[in-house]
Amino acid sequence: MAFASIYVSDFSIQAVVRAEPTLRQRAIALIEGCPPLERVVAINEAAARAGLDLGMTKAQAAQFPSIEIRQRSPLEEQSTHAALLDLGWSVSPRVEDTAADSIVVDLTGLASLFGSEEAIANLLAQRALDLGLVVQVAVSSNLEVALHAARGFAGITVIPPGEESRRLGVLPIQVFSPPVEMMETLERWGIRTCEALAKLPLLELSERLGQQGVQLHQWARGTSVRSMILAEPKLCFEEGMALEYAVEELEPLAFLLGRLLDQLCARLSARSLSACALHLRFKLDNSSADEALPAKIPNQHPDGKPIEKKVYEKLFTLPVPMRDSKMLLRLLCLHLQSDPPRAPIVRIFLGAESAAPRVRQEGLFLPSSPDPEKLELTIARLANVVGNSNVGSPRLIDSHRPDAFEMSRFIASHNAPEVRQKSLSATEGHEPVAAFRVFRPAPRAKVTLREGRPVHISFPGMHGEVVAACGPWRTSGEWWREDAWHREEWDVEIHRPAASNTDLFEHSPSAEPQNGVYRIYFDAIRQAWFVAGMYD
Amino acid sequence: MAVNVAVLRSQVETALAGRIPAPFARRSVQAETAPFNISEIDALTGGLPQGALTEISGPFSSGRATLLLSALASRTAHEHVCALVDGRDSFDPHSAEAAGVKLERLLWVRCRNIDQCLRATDLLLQGGGFGLIALDLSILPPKTVRYVPLNVWFRFRLAVENTPTILLLLDRESNAGSCASLVLRLGFEPFRWSAPQTQHASASPSCARLLDGSQFHVELVRSRMKAAAGGHKFQSFARAPEANAAANFRTKTNWSDFSETFIESK
Repeated sequence: MAFASIYVSDFSIQAVVRAEPTLRQRAIALIEGCPPLERVVAINEAAARAGLDLGMTKAQAAQFPSIEIRQRSPLEEQSTHAALLDLGWSVSPRVEDTAADSIVVDLTGLASLFGSEEAIANLLAQRALDLGLVVQVAVSSNLEVALHAARGFAGITVIPPGEESRRLGVLPIQVFSPPVEMMETLERWGIRTCEALAKLPLLELSERLGQQGVQLHQWARGTSVRSMILAEPKLCFEEGMALEYAVEELEPLAFLLGRLLDQLCARLSARSLSACALHLRFKLDNSSADEALPAKIPNQHPDGKPIEKKVYEKLFTLPVPMRDSKMLLRLLCLHLQSDPPRAPIVRIFLGAESAAPRVRQEGLFLPSSPDPEKLELTIARLANVVGNSNVGSPRLIDSHRPDAFEMSRFIASHNAPEVRQKSLSATEGHEPVAAFRVFRPAPRAKVTLREGRPVHISFPGMHGEVVAACGPWRTSGEWWREDAWHREEWDVEIHRPAASNTDLFEHSPSAEPQNGVYRIYFDAIRQAWFVAGMYD
Repeated sequence: MAVNVAVLRSQVETALAGRIPAPFARRSVQAETAPFNISEIDALTGGLPQGALTEISGPFSSGRATLLLSALASRTAHEHVCALVDGRDSFDPHSAEAAGVKLERLLWVRCRNIDQCLRATDLLLQGGGFGLIALDLSILPPKTVRYVPLNVWFRFRLAVENTPTILLLLDRESNAGSCASLVLRLGFEPFRWSAPQTQHASASPSCARLLDGSQFHVELVRSRMKAAAGGHKFQSFARAPEANAAANFRTKTNWSDFSETFIESK
């Protein structure tokens, strides 16, 4: 049995750096608190070398040259911790959520999959880098030893069984995070390393420091044993970012969304999952939203409840599970172009619903079809051009209403070749069915009747004698609805002697006399004639 | 002058010998075709060429939509994904289903003007993977379509070249020029109206008559395809022989089969 502990040093700093990778090599100080009393709560090694110290005010820290000052972000720390857990679950199903900055992974049974313990440790470190984290990994057969070794030793440490006490000996006692009073006591005794602590007699130590002292003694000797407290695997993938300045334009927003998507997709990839839907939530800038309101409108409802802060929320369902961050970013940008938020953005939340990755095997004899990811992008672009409701696949509705159909989402799915359905159409030598074109909206017509039969008709772009007609064919329905229909339909053949210029059917000056076969109807509800379409 | 050209040609051929065989010989490019599923049209044209632009023009009620639906039915029946850029939102899904089009395999883009049509077609061509992309400009005013620059059709043709996609253009007049590999012109023929057999057709009341179908005339204006015996292969730029330059095909209506049965039973 072996355990690997993964520790993220300077956790708060790494959470911020994960969102801004360009800061990795810089001296960074994190501040927290209400302005103007913000204080430095975390610094990295470069900042410490520059002379910064914890507890300094923001103004004091700002005096140091080339120091990057950022706000501490609990949101990003939460996301980073979730990424750390994903890293553990990407390797083993048994993971302990020890602390915000460290986890323990049970390596039992992984040798056949990933190789030796050192290879597994290297793999964990590499995957952590892919997630934007620089971690310290320690492997030992004792859980507590692995935990403390990861905190104390940089890089990758593998402790063979039986060497726990010797390897831990060089570490300072601070790795155990003892209480301040106990630290002071041990300092007074001159005990600074684990080796020195391990050499103390246990009975006397327990008399002076109690059970906590015994615990420390066991940790120092590497003999403390406990069971793992397993964390339940969560399928929650969410990344967030609090912005220092509100973002109003799409380009900088796309840059930030790109970063979040990279992190999200890396986490999904670590767990061998893909995204089947994206939740996008923006917290909008309240002040600008309030400024937009007229002065007379109060900031509260009449009953005293405050008006809720504005939030922009969208759910994007994907036709197939995806985890290509660039493709997802393009989709998000296209949707945001068509429906942008109404106020500047101060916080971004991006979540993904996970699903098993798409597994697709092309058939040998099936024709190629559009790549689903590219197709989704194409459809989003088409929607930007013609509107969301004007792109899709038509689906007939089971109704007698004329022209009853709805637009459904188009998904190019490949089924096994089916036996071609029999239809009324011409297939393999039979006569084809005459097609019909619908006029949307149906133009009004003036119809002259003789003995109840149309003899002359005119509508925008066409007028002429009716040379043949059949009808009326009455149809009506859904009388209980406001949009009930009741019509008398005719199929008419019109002979047009001359051209006429209009918007709908503009003809060239040299148009010859033409015939056409149309379907017209008398709408009994509106008491008017219309042209439903033509046979073509 | 001709002697100089001949000498120059032989010098170039000699210099390239061994590297490029017969550099001045026109290569025969083989292209696949897809059937319209209307036997008369397939015999006349050899089918819709893949990787090329086909243009079908004609006046109202000349059968353009019928040919479009037949082509869509043929492609969707073979599990191809098709796209229709509808210039004036005149596509009838009921009619399409009756013609055998698998609607779940059809991406319908409903446009309102020529700009939307051209941009949508561009996006579909860039996306790729479609078996057939139809651009239906039949209802748009011919003047609007005439103003589309020729380089648009040329660009569309280049976009589908060397792909299995069929690009089909329907309009009232021929506009694509030499960019189209296959150009068909349709003509209006009188529609057929049925009447009860026991009565004289002209005396039958209008409620007893039915639209029975039509016959359309198709003229092959230009084809870069020559239907070879036993297959459809692109062989040369020669025009089709005059004897095969036109054909007629009949259509029927959805209710034709039922009406015949009803009248016979009477």
